[in-house]
Amino acid sequence: MTIALDIFLRLAVWLLLAPLLPGIINKVKAWVAGRRGPPVLQLYFDLAKLWRKGVVLSTAVSPMHILGPAMAWVAIIAAALLLPVGPAGASLSFRGDALLFVYLLAFARFCIALAALDTGSAFEGMGVAREVSYAVLAEAAIITALLTLCVQSGSVSLATMLAPSAGAGAALLAAGLFGVLLAENCRVPFDDPNTHLELTMIHEVMVLDHSGPPLAAILHGASLKLLIFAVLLTEAVLPLGKLSLLQAIGALVALVFVVAIVIGLVESLLARLAFRRVPLLLTTAFLFCLFALLVAWKGGMP
Amino acid sequence: MKEIFLIAIPLLAAGAAFAWPGERTRPWLLPAAGGLHAMLALWLLVNPPVLAADAWFGFDPLARAVLPMVSLLFFVCSIYGVAYLQIRPERKNRIFVTALLVMLGLLSLALQAQNLGLLWVAAEATTLVTVPLLHFNGTARAFEASWKYLLIGGTGIALSLLGSFCLGYASLHSGGNGNLNFTALVAQGASLTRPWLITAWVLLLAGYGTKMGLAPMHTWKPDAYGEAPGMVGALLAGGTTTMAFVAILRVKQVVDAAGAGAMTERTLLAFGLFSMLVAALFLLGTPDFKRMLAYSSVEHMGILAVGAALGGAGIWAALFHVWTNGLTKGALFLSAGNIRRAAGAQTDDKVAGMAWRSPASARIFVVGILAVTAFPPFGVFFSELKIILATFQTNNTFAATAFLGCLLFAFFGMTRLVFAIVDGRPRAAARKTNERFPELPGIIVPPLLFLALSLWLGLATPSLLREAWTAAARLLIPTP
Amino acid sequence: MNGTMNLLIGLAMGLSLVALASSRLPSVIRAAAFQGMILGTLPLLLEETFHGLVVAVAIGTILVKGFIIPNLLRRALRAANIDREVEPLLGFVPSLLLGAAATIGAAALASELPLRPEHARSLLVPGAFATVVCGFILLIARTKAISQVCGYLILENGIYLFGLLLINTTPLLVEAGILLDLTVAVFVIGIIVDRIQREFDTLDTRKLNSLRE
Repeated sequence: MTIALDIFLRLAVWLLLAPLLPGIINKVKAWVAGRRGPPVLQLYFDLAKLWRKGVVLSTAVSPMHILGPAMAWVAIIAAALLLPVGPAGASLSFRGDALLFVYLLAFARFCIALAALDTGSAFEGMGVAREVSYAVLAEAAIITALLTLCVQSGSVSLATMLAPSAGAGAALLAAGLFGVLLAENCRVPFDDPNTHLELTMIHEVMVLDHSGPPLAAILHGASLKLLIFAVLLTEAVLPLGKLSLLQAIGALVALVFVVAIVIGLVESLLARLAFRRVPLLLTTAFLFCLFALLVAWKGGMP
Repeated sequence: MKEIFLIAIPLLAAGAAFAWPGERTRPWLLPAAGGLHAMLALWLLVNPPVLAADAWFGFDPLARAVLPMVSLLFFVCSIYGVAYLQIRPERKNRIFVTALLVMLGLLSLALQAQNLGLLWVAAEATTLVTVPLLHFNGTARAFEASWKYLLIGGTGIALSLLGSFCLGYASLHSGGNGNLNFTALVAQGASLTRPWLITAWVLLLAGYGTKMGLAPMHTWKPDAYGEAPGMVGALLAGGTTTMAFVAILRVKQVVDAAGAGAMTERTLLAFGLFSMLVAALFLLGTPDFKRMLAYSSVEHMGILAVGAALGGAGIWAALFHVWTNGLTKGALFLSAGNIRRAAGAQTDDKVAGMAWRSPASARIFVVGILAVTAFPPFGVFFSELKIILATFQTNNTFAATAFLGCLLFAFFGMTRLVFAIVDGRPRAAARKTNERFPELPGIIVPPLLFLALSLWLGLATPSLLREAWTAAARLLIPTP
Repeated sequence: MNGTMNLLIGLAMGLSLVALASSRLPSVIRAAAFQGMILGTLPLLLEETFHGLVVAVAIGTILVKGFIIPNLLRRALRAANIDREVEPLLGFVPSLLLGAAATIGAAALASELPLRPEHARSLLVPGAFATVVCGFILLIARTKAISQVCGYLILENGIYLFGLLLINTTPLLVEAGILLDLTVAVFVIGIIVDRIQREFDTLDTRKLNSLRE
């Protein structure tokens, strides 16, 4: 019974807190640009509005168009539940859950891509192609990052992997993971979340034909994913497992907040990269993780 | 301490040349310094000085076996240089004369260097001082050639520095005290750390091999030789490459002493045969007779490498070949330069009938080609014969077969091109330049002198030289 | 002491990768200059006691590698009015991956080679080999003369790094050889660059292709 309660509580926290992050980022951006900007809770209002609306469906689509966002949303939530929170550990933890974590995120992307392809629109197909080709590089980086943590801690379970800090290569790993975070969540140097210029869009292209509750699921899933990556980045760098529960949660919240601010600053200060330069940046993120892996591997030797 | 004058004379003359005011009289410094240098070198050849222990440079048997050749080569080229610079008054010769003299001084230093670091410094400086020589004509093509030379040669020389460091570290790791003199390194012998030694050999062979022009690091050579004035080509092909070859021999001595002789011989043989093969193939195709000489030089560097891989007898033959090849190449480069000027072009689609346009140079060129493709009784025939004998002595029939095959193809390729430009109907375009550049004695006698020297080496190899080569071979391969 | 040195060498290795990934000539020059400055400080860390000669060498290296040569290059860039884009023969991502592979390979090679105990835990040897190879890649995979010169500089930096292993035993030779060659080499290259601009109006070495079979 306590387990069920624990899971329920965590689920509630994850789901409720996730839409806050984009709000903070937008506030930072507005503040840098000297505007008042939308309220921090804007995404909550949007989600509520979308939830009340009906769905407009093309005559060409199959049930996958609705099913895709739903499955993606569930997969992301499952990934969130695998992630430990400091010394409290994860709600679900077993040997090899790091692999499941990567697969769940990949599965979520797969579902969104499938739902987008389902519309039969060439334009959405192009968006999917772009998204997936970036993902190839980004996933290599994140897998390497997790491998680094595995080598560092000698375990393949997220709870034990993330408890200590990443050691000597922490700075490299943080840089690599931050790059992955930006790429995976379609933030600025890779993609512009605000863009509606058709030729430059990547992620936004895929969700163009969605409306109502499925769109709400996609938006909420995206914000949850952003939170997951921010938490992962924080826990990989800080030895949260060694702190007391209260300290850990305090540090976690503070650092996630810092990450959000940094993302906001990056978005305000950098321009979106030319499309053909993006693979270079992703390769750089991958190399950061790779060298962190080498440091973790060789650093352990006498 | 007379050997220091071999370095000091050219450098002082270079200083004088730089300060000399007269554009027309300055070139005379070349034969003056060259003559003094050659006399001193020959005197030292006859009366070898005692080598001071732990000296950084000295006239040791190896220097004695090759330095007089470089000196002779420079002297004869310098005579040519006077006449050449007089028929090219439109180009300023201050930098050219200075750089030539500095080059002679640095070559003398590098050939005599007894220290790994000093050898490298001299080799590096030689690379740099060659650049203005290549760029003498100031054309876009000359620029291209000097850029490639500097980039490839610079990279090669950088690699050889890395190799020198590796060898230094091998010595340090096995308890050396940082003394990088070759005698000290050889004395450390088998105690040198093996992995570092092998790394050092690979890098040094690649580095000095680039300077020497072994394939596949030879790509700068056709460009540089094709665009440089004839006498610079002769000095590069006979002087700089000899310096690089001596550097390789000195390093090989250290690596052999450490017990890796089998490896050095295998790698040298492979590089040598590969260079010969590449050169033979390119010789079959090239339409440009100055670039042809470059490929011929690549081929002969291959021959030297093969010789160096064949033990004592091979090294003796290789040193012999250094002399015969260097001097014969002198005749070829100088006469090719004459033909190039008279024809105003250097490819076989634009040049023909040079036997009528510049008869003396064309004849020297043809005889020179026959000499360099090992026709008896020229020196090259005998030195190559000695190398083939050495391959049979070491029971390496494969090397002998490949060697002879490459020589044959090189012969086909070179005669094809040479007769194409010498025979046939002269092109009308060549008439004007022909009148501008008449065949003065000053540009005909030096190549003839080279041919005579080559003939003399073949017909009557002086016993003094034989003895010098034997001493050098014994220094490098101590076992009888 | 060793930790700081390894950090700096790691930074230098990273900078050669930055140079490989940069698409603008000024940033390539900046990476090479920065790397030179980092390497210049290393002799100071290597020695426990402050030796007058070592300090002079360090200052000289920083000045030459960090200021004089980059300024020469920048001047050539301005004087020749060269387009600032790097034109790669080999794309940025492949060269970056190649450079990273070279770095890993260098580390593997260095772990095979026996080292003296005082160098065993230092990154000097892998750093030197990695930097040499990265410089070499930059040298052959770019078309513009200036980026080739930068590649050569990075290659030289790698060799300098290796020379630090020998600085205690053969200091003068290592230092004199390198400084002499570096200054003069780039000086000569600089003159040539000056020349190339008059001959070609551009620094594209792809146009240097009239000499071939």
